[in-house]
Amino acid sequence: MLWIAIRMLTGDKQKFYGLLFGIAFSTLLITQQLTIFVNLLERGASGTYNVSSADVWVMDPVSRTTDVAYALPSTALDQVRGVPGVDWAVPHLRANASVRTKDGDLEGVAIIGVDDATLIGLPKGMIEGSTDVLSQPDSVIIDDVGAERMFPGQSPIGERLELNDQRAVVRGIADAIPSFTSTVVLYTKYSQALRYVPGTRNRLSFVLVGAADGIDAKSLSERIEEQTGLKAQTRDEFARDGVDFIIENTGIPLNFGITVLLGFIVGVAIVGLTFSLFIRDNIKQFGALKAIGVTNGKIAQMVAVQAGMVGMIGYGLGVLGTVGFISAFSNDPTFKGFYIPWQIPLISFAAMVLIIVLTGWIALRGVMNTEPAAVFR
Amino acid sequence: MTETGNQAERQPAIRTRGVTRDFQAGQQTIRVLHGIDLDVCPGELTYLVGESGSGKTTMISIMCGILWPTDGDVEVFGTDIYSLSDTDLVNFRLQNIGFIFQQYNLIPSIDAASNAAVPLIAQGMDRLEARERAVAMLDKLNIADQAGKLPNQLSGGQQQRVAIARALVHEPRLVVCDEPTAALDAKSGRRVMDLLREVGVAEDRSVIIVTHDNRIFDLADRILVLEDGRITHDGTDMPEDH
Repeated sequence: MLWIAIRMLTGDKQKFYGLLFGIAFSTLLITQQLTIFVNLLERGASGTYNVSSADVWVMDPVSRTTDVAYALPSTALDQVRGVPGVDWAVPHLRANASVRTKDGDLEGVAIIGVDDATLIGLPKGMIEGSTDVLSQPDSVIIDDVGAERMFPGQSPIGERLELNDQRAVVRGIADAIPSFTSTVVLYTKYSQALRYVPGTRNRLSFVLVGAADGIDAKSLSERIEEQTGLKAQTRDEFARDGVDFIIENTGIPLNFGITVLLGFIVGVAIVGLTFSLFIRDNIKQFGALKAIGVTNGKIAQMVAVQAGMVGMIGYGLGVLGTVGFISAFSNDPTFKGFYIPWQIPLISFAAMVLIIVLTGWIALRGVMNTEPAAVFR
Repeated sequence: MTETGNQAERQPAIRTRGVTRDFQAGQQTIRVLHGIDLDVCPGELTYLVGESGSGKTTMISIMCGILWPTDGDVEVFGTDIYSLSDTDLVNFRLQNIGFIFQQYNLIPSIDAASNAAVPLIAQGMDRLEARERAVAMLDKLNIADQAGKLPNQLSGGQQQRVAIARALVHEPRLVVCDEPTAALDAKSGRRVMDLLREVGVAEDRSVIIVTHDNRIFDLADRILVLEDGRITHDGTDMPEDH
């Protein structure tokens, strides 16, 4: 009977494709939007993840994220270095600046000043050039997404910039995770960054700390807080704060939430309507089967198989669509590094199952309520 | 012993006693059947005839176990079908009753042979084996060459034969037909009736046909006329005034 159920479903091609479209579209919308949402949120932690060697970030107690930070006095660095368990501690500066290209365009950029001696604070990899270029005068390294944004289709190497009225020369391209706002990021030595970013007496944004062998980052951060009165967080804690900041301070979760909800509602509406039409068109056949002697349980199995088949194929198509979307846009700076966390297909699978169960149940009620005697009317 | 005496001794295919059926229409209760007592014998082609609204469809639905009577008993080949559990009643229908519906109700997306095989598949028979038996039944009905066609590729008469094959493929003891000739011309209608008699009527089987079609009245073994929920005529011919 299940074979008959499948043939009944696939035989009505228009409705079969309509059902597949409904599930696939819904799955695509839910999976794709959740993927973009999660990846965008994770960019709130990009500043932290780009500095993979730092175990602990030390900052002013009011600082919240890599981009929302209150400057520390330069003495903080020595204070932190004096805490037992600290293997190394380096200064890290983050500030905003304006840059004028040789074409006269103005661009807001982020300046990151990394430790002069160790260059801790740079992203791990370089796409072009090496980190040594920072020893040359007025050198800056630009992040890859920023390079594409400021110099589309051309190499930025050797380009001269007017950075806060100072001369800067791009001498390398870093492979960095873009920031939430995809701002152009220029990396330079800490001492050089101080020149580029005039301002208040205190300009040290963070102290990056490496834990000594055998020292746990969490206990070290607690010890630093206790002994310096500064705020210290492990890399993961600070990354989480970056994500939380976006959740708490932007309308993004709400907007994406609405889109995901719409995806679900559209799925329920399209699938529900099409499935009900399919059942209604076949109600005489179901009634005949019931009269002939097919049990309600078998009929329920038939409807369940039809719903399950549509659900699985539609879900597969929707997830494939999302994979295709992410792959197609993988070279676009906006979507750099985007991936589909394994939890998201599970969530969309749960949503699809909910859609199928809901619409299948409504359709099944119609079949169950059909009296076999109706076939004689 | 006379033929009538033989019939009296045989177990009836269907026995109804005091069957009534009420329907609710808003606040009003409408009695459609008024205490019908009826014995249908095996080996007979029995017609149930009457005007629209006379209660034919209700009667036939009750006799084949798909509509519960408000009151009364119905026995089919000695089984009090409405004392069975729901599952047993469904199974009883599957094993013992074949249905031919006025609109055929074939499944449009499976071919003629698979449509005819539905009762066997529902009984749990392997699909290919069921199909083989269905093709053999279609062969008896002279449409084996159409076995692989979908219902919408068949003429009305051919669809009717597929529906007949579906009703007979599992060799039920009772075949119930609703207006089997309504959509057919006179010649095709008579051919269908001949077929039904040939393959459906046997010593231990019975065929009941609900019909309006006076072109085939002469083919019946017995004609029951139903008027306003009561049997008003029981004989081998139609009464003069009909």
